[in-house]
Amino acid sequence: MKDALEHFDKAFESKIRLQIMSVLLANDTYDFNALKELLNITDGNLASHAKVLEKEQYINVIKSYNGRKPNTKYQATASGKKAFRKHLETLEQLIRKQQP
Amino acid sequence: MKKISDIENDIASIKEIMERSSRFISLSGFSGILAGVYALIGSAIAYYLIYYPNSPFGYRFYYVNEQDIVVKLFATAAFVLAASLLTGVLLSMQKAKKLQLSYWNANSKRFVINVSIPLVSGGIFIACLIARGYFGIAAPACLLFYGLALINASSYTLGEIRYLGLIEIALGILCCIFPGYGLIFWAVGFGLLHIIYGILMYNKYDK
Repeated sequence: MKDALEHFDKAFESKIRLQIMSVLLANDTYDFNALKELLNITDGNLASHAKVLEKEQYINVIKSYNGRKPNTKYQATASGKKAFRKHLETLEQLIRKQQP
Repeated sequence: MKKISDIENDIASIKEIMERSSRFISLSGFSGILAGVYALIGSAIAYYLIYYPNSPFGYRFYYVNEQDIVVKLFATAAFVLAASLLTGVLLSMQKAKKLQLSYWNANSKRFVINVSIPLVSGGIFIACLIARGYFGIAAPACLLFYGLALINASSYTLGEIRYLGLIEIALGILCCIFPGYGLIFWAVGFGLLHIIYGILMYNKYDK
């Protein structure tokens, strides 16, 4: 149990960050606004969670302009994808250990 | 420490969010039912135009060569198509609103593009067939290309649409083997199947 917990990624402790990462694994890139809508959270909430993932270098932020409107997109990095997979494996192990 | 039920919850939410983020899930089941009803009405009109007062099961060899009837049939088909599309778009917009998603996002765009590729190429092909007078093959070709369009789009929306596509293709092939019964196959393929599919999807997702 302790081994598995060592690999438990703190960046994915929050359900929202876990969900953000899931979306970025299923899609190449995802719009800030679409993500906000999908997860049904506020601007600030999404921005702060994204910041944590960005700091870990799990996601890239792509900023562009749609005319005058700024458009923010997120993309999972290679290390982010790896970390996410590892985290899922850890979760799996945790469940398996509980069910003999 | 996290409890196992929390972890299972997390994994379930990952699965759900991956699905929801990459597929167009606002497709309305009720619009399928209505599209089927329109198609049945259209088929009834076509029956009056072509066969009346004979039975639609009778083989009609001289078929729809009269220019006048061809134009009327075209108008009926176009009207059914337009009404179905309009209903589909409106009801899906409504469902998107209920699900708190925007109806015109990356997923719905992908869905529309992938439905359109086989549908538009098929439409042009069928227009060529009709222009050259191959009326008998035009009806099954519609079912075939429609089935292919659904299968092509099935990875971008509710997965069940794949089975509808397969059945449409099977009907299209049967229709090729039994030419002259195009109207019956159309009524089943575009009418009955849409109604059944629409009811199933409505019960599963829209309730």
